[in-house]
Amino acid sequence: MSAEGIGASVLRKEDKRFITGKGKYTDDFTVPNMHFAAFVRSPYAHAVIKSIDKSAAEAMSGVVGVLDGKQLTDDGIGNIICGWMVHSKDGSPMNMGAWSALATEKVRYVGDSVAVVIAASQAQARAAAEAVVVDYEILPVVVNAAEALKDGAPQIHENAPGNLIFDWEIGEDADAVEAAIAGAAHVTEMDIINNRLVPNAMEPRSALAIFDEAEDHHTLYTTSQNPHVARLVLSAFYQVAPEHKLRVIAPDVGGGFGSKIYIYPEEIVCLWASKKCGVSVKWTADRTESFLTDAHGRDHVTKAKMGFDANNKIVGFKIDTIANIGGYMSLFSSATPTYLYGTLMSGQYDIANVHCNVRAVYTNTAPVDAYRGAGRPEATFVIERIMETAARELDVSPAELRRANFITQFPHQTPVIMTYDAGDFGTTLDVALKAADYDGFEQRRTEAASRGMKRGIGMSCFIEACGLAPSAAVGSLGAGVGQWESAEVRVNPVGTIEILTGSHSHGQSHETTFAQLAADRFGLPTDNIQIVHGDTDKVQFGMGTYGSRSGPVGMSAIVKALDKVEAKAKKIAAHLMEADEGDIVIENGEVKVVGTDKSLGWHEICLGAYTAHNLPEGMEPGLKEGSFYDPANFTFPAGSLICEVEVDPETGNTEIIQFVGADDFGRIINPMIVEGQVHGGVTQGIGQAMHENAVYDDSGQLLSASYMDYTMPRADDVPSFNLSTHETLSPSNPLGMKGCGEAGAIGSPPAVINAITDAIGNNNLDMPASPSRVWAALNA
Amino acid sequence: MSTVNMTVNGKKVSADVEDRTLLSAYLRENLNLTGTHIGCDTSQCGACVVHVDGKAVKSCTMLAAQASGSEVVTIEGLAKGDELHPVQAAFKENHGLQCGFCTPGMIMSAVDMINRHGGANLDEKTIRQELEGNICRCTGYHNIVRSIEAAAKAMA
Repeated sequence: MSAEGIGASVLRKEDKRFITGKGKYTDDFTVPNMHFAAFVRSPYAHAVIKSIDKSAAEAMSGVVGVLDGKQLTDDGIGNIICGWMVHSKDGSPMNMGAWSALATEKVRYVGDSVAVVIAASQAQARAAAEAVVVDYEILPVVVNAAEALKDGAPQIHENAPGNLIFDWEIGEDADAVEAAIAGAAHVTEMDIINNRLVPNAMEPRSALAIFDEAEDHHTLYTTSQNPHVARLVLSAFYQVAPEHKLRVIAPDVGGGFGSKIYIYPEEIVCLWASKKCGVSVKWTADRTESFLTDAHGRDHVTKAKMGFDANNKIVGFKIDTIANIGGYMSLFSSATPTYLYGTLMSGQYDIANVHCNVRAVYTNTAPVDAYRGAGRPEATFVIERIMETAARELDVSPAELRRANFITQFPHQTPVIMTYDAGDFGTTLDVALKAADYDGFEQRRTEAASRGMKRGIGMSCFIEACGLAPSAAVGSLGAGVGQWESAEVRVNPVGTIEILTGSHSHGQSHETTFAQLAADRFGLPTDNIQIVHGDTDKVQFGMGTYGSRSGPVGMSAIVKALDKVEAKAKKIAAHLMEADEGDIVIENGEVKVVGTDKSLGWHEICLGAYTAHNLPEGMEPGLKEGSFYDPANFTFPAGSLICEVEVDPETGNTEIIQFVGADDFGRIINPMIVEGQVHGGVTQGIGQAMHENAVYDDSGQLLSASYMDYTMPRADDVPSFNLSTHETLSPSNPLGMKGCGEAGAIGSPPAVINAITDAIGNNNLDMPASPSRVWAALNA
Repeated sequence: MSTVNMTVNGKKVSADVEDRTLLSAYLRENLNLTGTHIGCDTSQCGACVVHVDGKAVKSCTMLAAQASGSEVVTIEGLAKGDELHPVQAAFKENHGLQCGFCTPGMIMSAVDMINRHGGANLDEKTIRQELEGNICRCTGYHNIVRSIEAAAKAMA
């Protein structure tokens, strides 16, 4: 135990470099003979490439290479993979079309990469890219997923007839669920759109590829949430270099939110081009390139119906969703609208009959993949919009309708695979209701009305599955990788510690939180503990950071390694102090024999491990232990969020008056950091609900491709938040953690829309609830 | 080509640059002051804010040549040796940053905001309105606002 141990709001160790401008992001690195890549991108959403004339570009100043897809293919660079095989309900495998890092025959969305120019300066590369002449035969375009399924829609990939990638289902028998709903006393039906978003990490994607000819060795600096997965995929599937000849470094990374999980064409091309052209190659996206080519999020169209009996108990829930996958299948694009979506359709509720059907569809838009929450925000939006709507139709309190259906016994097996292991939904709801003064709302509504304003309140009781994931379980569902995490704890002879982790921090504060685990265990200051991550030469392997997994999975691996270090240190101490191993305690940097005055400093034990002058018989020298931790189950963070808004009926402008959250994240290591994660998540959810929308026109041009056109939530769009946590421990990992990174983004959109629709008295309102949409709904 | 002469973080610098060189590019590429970040192409995100003659400026919206003759302070020049500027210290104390990418611009904007309003006169509403030109994707602004409130108090 220590003052900087588990449960302490320790200030961040990583802050100093960021607040002084000394952070090192990929674009900040400069290396000898560094050249720049500029991509020739398709201006059309769907077209055949008839020819590419590179001659003018090749003759331009500074240009050392103009490379196209044929050269890439001829050099044996493999097509981009999807990491999760999903089967349709008829048992057939998903219909996946080919995706080459540089398009060869066809382009399928605006921004699709066709060729690359490598030149001495960025300006020269960009100028030459403009001079590459591509002759396109323009094809008909479809951007809307429902339209793409219709007869006669443009065919995007030959091997996905009708643009259907898969037609998947989960849950109880569809007819049985239909019958249960048919017999219900009340049925609530809704058509729900989950708007397309662009993740918009503030640091644009970037890659710097260095080829060492003498060693036949590649180094890639890149904006990655999972550098080891990047190395594996680049090596095993894209064949840019064998794994032992490729070092991937993800240094400081400026936010990810899912968008930096994937291995994009640009990283593949920079690595390949650096060897082919004999120069180091850097590429950094400008913001419009980010908008066009970063994997987008959400984009679902759903029909859902929920039946209730005469006592307002849910008797059945049926969901039919069309998911827009974009022009190509990105790494987790198949898992996001299926196993991260349909599996959450029981929400916090005890529902015997759930059936969810998902059709995944190609369109002429950017690839869509996991974005903060990934499938779970979409599920939560469907469930929590329908619960609030049902309460209005049944004329009962939204809180009490939810409470009447809460799961209260654990473990609880849902009809959609998941086994919830712990939770206390009633308590988080109670706490949120009290914090929001829910009972006093009608008075506030009346007061607002006296000023001509329309006040509304809405809630969302969300649950998510995190801690991705038990490897065997996800393997049986089609995952191409295991989802364990690794850690290594290296104790130095002087007693300081390095913890190597396969997790990657790009805002999550691992350098502080992870250090707290060792501080807690040995009573050391966090200053004596260094976290090492993001470099495949330093850390042997890891699955990276996404899906709120670094707490429940990454930190569990550290705990397991600490267990082994502690056990060995105690053996050494017992030997040195001639005591029983069971009587040794380590606290406040001291190693003591209980009930005696015998003690040694922590550093003395560590030094002893390395001098090896007096170790127990047969013990190897050194103090370094590793662990690969494979979780026993998913974890289930849950909570209740309440949003209160005021709408100006003159303008449709909505102000969030208060936003309350009561969350159960299991064990919390650093409350300050956890709260910060929720602030950011909720703000992204408010962004989705009120501001953000990726809009393609009918020709496939992205209309919202800059910060002038795509509304990011800004400081005056959001309130200060009123948050609290109430923990039930997850029994599935040693610390009882559940994860907190995505919860805010998952739970908040329905709370906001439920509040606005309550204020305006019209439930027919799609996200983003912009002032014009709110005004129109109010005046409909 | 243009010859630019300016003082950056107290040091006189001079270079011949292409006319079209932005101040942000000059700082990052010529002077290796990579704390000034480029987050967008449209002068919307504010990650590149520096001070030019004491005023907050988005350095991607100004040519290096336009800053010739000026006194420029970047995030690297804000602390006095090991002593953090009160705004830097407040961002750490109040967990006002996560990934750190928007942070230099946020801090430079916050210093300018406090200088203009006076530390005693900054309320939450004003701070939020003043942050219109700086986008953060991580923090939800809550702790950035707390940081600026704390710094304003310290500087009052």
